[in-house]
Amino acid sequence: MGIKLSGLLAGLLFGIGLSISGMINPAKVMGFLDFFGQWDPSLAFVMGGAVTVYAIGYRLIMKSAKPIFGETFQVPTRSDLDARLIGGAVLFGAGWGLAGYCPGPAITGLAFGMEQTFIFFAAMAVGVVAFKLTMGAKS
Amino acid sequence: MTIVDFTPLPALIGGLLIGSAGVLLLWLNGRMAGISGIFGRVLSTDQSGNGWRILFLVGLVLGGVVWALMGGDTGAITIEASTVELVGAGLLVGFGTQLGSGCTSGHGVCGIGRLSPRGLVSTLCYIGAGAIVIFVMRTMAGA
Repeated sequence: MGIKLSGLLAGLLFGIGLSISGMINPAKVMGFLDFFGQWDPSLAFVMGGAVTVYAIGYRLIMKSAKPIFGETFQVPTRSDLDARLIGGAVLFGAGWGLAGYCPGPAITGLAFGMEQTFIFFAAMAVGVVAFKLTMGAKS
Repeated sequence: MTIVDFTPLPALIGGLLIGSAGVLLLWLNGRMAGISGIFGRVLSTDQSGNGWRILFLVGLVLGGVVWALMGGDTGAITIEASTVELVGAGLLVGFGTQLGSGCTSGHGVCGIGRLSPRGLVSTLCYIGAGAIVIFVMRTMAGA
């Protein structure tokens, strides 16, 4: 129960943060990526604020033996840089630039009922499933 | 380069909330707030332990609902992409984030926050790729 409610609470706070930050607006994201034209630096402030809080919180929390709910911290351990990491990031970045949506704002954006958001969201879900059917590890 | 539409204060406040949401999920559940990872697992054949993930995604949408109910500015939302571009972009984002094991939240916020080399390299790659796409599109549109 605690685990499920924590998920809901974290998602809610994340969605409110995305909304206040303006990142729910694809035009603002595309404005950030337009380094050589009309540049909107807002996304750098969103990232900067989020990374700073997370960096401090991470250090404090990881001193404890386990999370409040659940048995262990499930934190990635890999540090190798492989072709999948880089190729995946390049494909993701190309799509991000094309429409101005990454996964978080595309999901929070469903709340605003715009048809284009639903089209992007559906295509994103198809892209995820396409990966799982072709290159995903069996799970 | 000219600077336009810069909204530093809402950006910073929103960023602090996003970081806090990530901290909350780690503190309470011991999990990374990587949205593409959570979304991908919800779309997998293995549904075990997915309750919190589904509720996290529901929370993301509810966050937008709360914002709209609070009178937040949603009228400014502008989606420039055509339907074909939206479909292509969605496929790229879906496939790419699964191949690269993360997006702006998992690799960006959590990854860089943890000083993970994978998070940092991924973030440089997706921002670089996005900037190239924007540069090409806007150069072609202006030509």
